[in-house]
Amino acid sequence: MNNNGHLISMKNVTKVYKTGKIHVDALRGVDLDIGRGEFVAIIGPSGSGKSTLMNIMGCLDMPTTGEYHLDGRPVANMGIHQLSSIRNKKIGFIFQNFNLLAYATTFENVELPLIFAGKPGAYRKQRVMECLENVGLANWAEHKPTELSGGQMQRAAVARALANEPDIILADEPTGNLDSKSGGEIIDLFEQLNELGRSVVTITHDMNIAHRCHRIIRIMDGLIESEKHNGNGRDKNLTQD
Amino acid sequence: MLLAYKISLFLKLMVREFRAQKLRMALTVLAITWGTISITLLMAFSVGIERQMHKASSGMGQGIIVLWAGQTTMPFQGLPQGRRIMFRPEDQDLIKARVAGVDKISGEYMRWGVTIEYGKKQVSKLVSGVYPDFGEMRSHYPQPGGRFIDQFDFDSKRRAIFLGWKVAEEIFGTVDPVGKMVMVNGIPFTVVGVMVKKMQDSSYHGPDEDYGVIPASTFVGIFGDPYFDNFIYSVKPGVNTKTVEQDLFRVFGSKYRFDPKDTHALWFWDTVEQAEVTRKVFLGIKIFMWFIGGMTLVIAGVGVANIMYVAIRERTREIGTKMALGARKGHIILQFMTEAMFIALFGGFLGILFSLAITRAFWLIPMEGAMEFLGRPLVNWPVAIITVITLSTIGFLSGFFPARKAASINPVEALRYE
Ligand SMILES: Nc1ncnc2c1ncn2[C@@H]1O[C@H](COP(=O)(O)OP(=O)(O)OP(=O)(O)O)[C@@H](O)[C@H]1O
Ligand SMILES: [Mg+2]
Repeated sequence: MNNNGHLISMKNVTKVYKTGKIHVDALRGVDLDIGRGEFVAIIGPSGSGKSTLMNIMGCLDMPTTGEYHLDGRPVANMGIHQLSSIRNKKIGFIFQNFNLLAYATTFENVELPLIFAGKPGAYRKQRVMECLENVGLANWAEHKPTELSGGQMQRAAVARALANEPDIILADEPTGNLDSKSGGEIIDLFEQLNELGRSVVTITHDMNIAHRCHRIIRIMDGLIESEKHNGNGRDKNLTQD
Repeated sequence: MLLAYKISLFLKLMVREFRAQKLRMALTVLAITWGTISITLLMAFSVGIERQMHKASSGMGQGIIVLWAGQTTMPFQGLPQGRRIMFRPEDQDLIKARVAGVDKISGEYMRWGVTIEYGKKQVSKLVSGVYPDFGEMRSHYPQPGGRFIDQFDFDSKRRAIFLGWKVAEEIFGTVDPVGKMVMVNGIPFTVVGVMVKKMQDSSYHGPDEDYGVIPASTFVGIFGDPYFDNFIYSVKPGVNTKTVEQDLFRVFGSKYRFDPKDTHALWFWDTVEQAEVTRKVFLGIKIFMWFIGGMTLVIAGVGVANIMYVAIRERTREIGTKMALGARKGHIILQFMTEAMFIALFGGFLGILFSLAITRAFWLIPMEGAMEFLGRPLVNWPVAIITVITLSTIGFLSGFFPARKAASINPVEALRYE
């Protein structure tokens, strides 16, 4: 009923930002379902509400009204510990500006979600190295983020997002700070992850990147303006609202 | 098991944070260390100085009054003004009989430039002739092995002399003077005792370390002085020294026939009154020191709070990132708390350690001149501990509230924080 097996299911989601007397309607009633294994691009002009939508998806923020079910469970009813746990285990978030801890090594950055999950040391060590190998940074484990290139930093962030084997990767303009070659490498990674069955949602301004995804959602003034399927995707659970 | 495991995880995180925040941590530790040292030392020296002042002011004697005879300034019963009053030896018994408030009393004869010799050493010093009660009143405590002039010396007019420690050192050097014979103006005297070293911040005839004392009876026998130079007396407990002064004016006024209101006929040096003034002055100084201590504590506290606060502001984005990665509120708060506690306790520990070291170092410095008045600073433990607890609490609270706030907002807001 609510999710139809969808990982992400939103109904009439709105978001109003109140700062003093100013109210910003960032989302004005979004209906959206994303299934397991989908590879989705969210596009739209600046200020249209893309980040707002993704933050709500990632449980970093709450909708003002509307329903959001994550893996069949209503997010509105969750307590803060449950939300922490979901962010920790179900979701891998990737930021435009990486948000790596500058003082920690690459290894330690990737280890962080595993520590929050309370995983034992031996497992953490093995898992961190696995993730770093996946993104091609095994040799950079002991380096600080400042010693890495932008592309390497974002790959470290991808490794960190993968640490707890989340159901879905959410990336907010992951290539925004990268040159096109490094950006391409990140999208290559996303493709690989998606081929292994993981859902990936990425915001982008780059149509080349958008076209590599299987489904493109265009946001305009806080509403989904249009959707397009690239046809070559694995996504079978198309939205039919 | 699980708890121990959680603690180890937590420690791992903390060590990592510490590494990142070296400078800030060092500054906070410094602020707390500094605050603790300042306050603890301030109080330590306050205690040391107070004790020394007390010792020094009681060096001449505790609760004694010096009485001199003066000159009349008013005509009285047909007698002209300007007459000199002189105390006679029998006045001592008169006072004992007529002034009930007086406890102990000793007339004192003085003679300057008396030669005291031992072997080839010869010095010229003041010598006083006194009664046995003088010793205790004037804090003339003997060094071990010796004693002060006693009643037997007095009654038998023995040629016994009690020496100030400096005189004894000058003529005897390292030889033990007690029992030795010295020549006083060419007359043999036995040294019965040497005064212990003491601090003395006031005197009416030069420091006690630098003179000799013999029985008044012997003094009169040798020098033949008919008049006392002064009296030293103490009053009975609870008796007002001013009442005793009035009684003395009355008794001496009727004996020597001067107006009891003629304030120049008798002169008093009331150390009891003076001690009271000193006590009040020092109380004032102490209140001032506590005030300064309090201010220092506030400044240190503001410093600690500021550093903690800035730290959390700076790290709000980091908190946002961690929350996005699934950190719980508890993770975040606990981290800042432990950090604040660690900093505070470490800073307090260092502060107390340094304070102890500095005060002890002071004990090693030879105390002479003005340094003598610093005395032996003593760390006041309640003050030190209260300081550390206060600063820790401030550090704790100024870490706790912003951390809790940062961990309570949406991760998005924390991430957007600039
Ligand atoms: N915390 C906030 N407080 C107030 N207004 C906000 C806040 N976050 C976003 N907005 C507003 O909501 C609207 C949507 O913002 P959002 O960040 O979702 O846009 P976006 O599509 O991600 O834009 P961009 O492509 O520039 O990243 C904008 O008008 C923005 O100014
Ligand atoms: Mg955005």
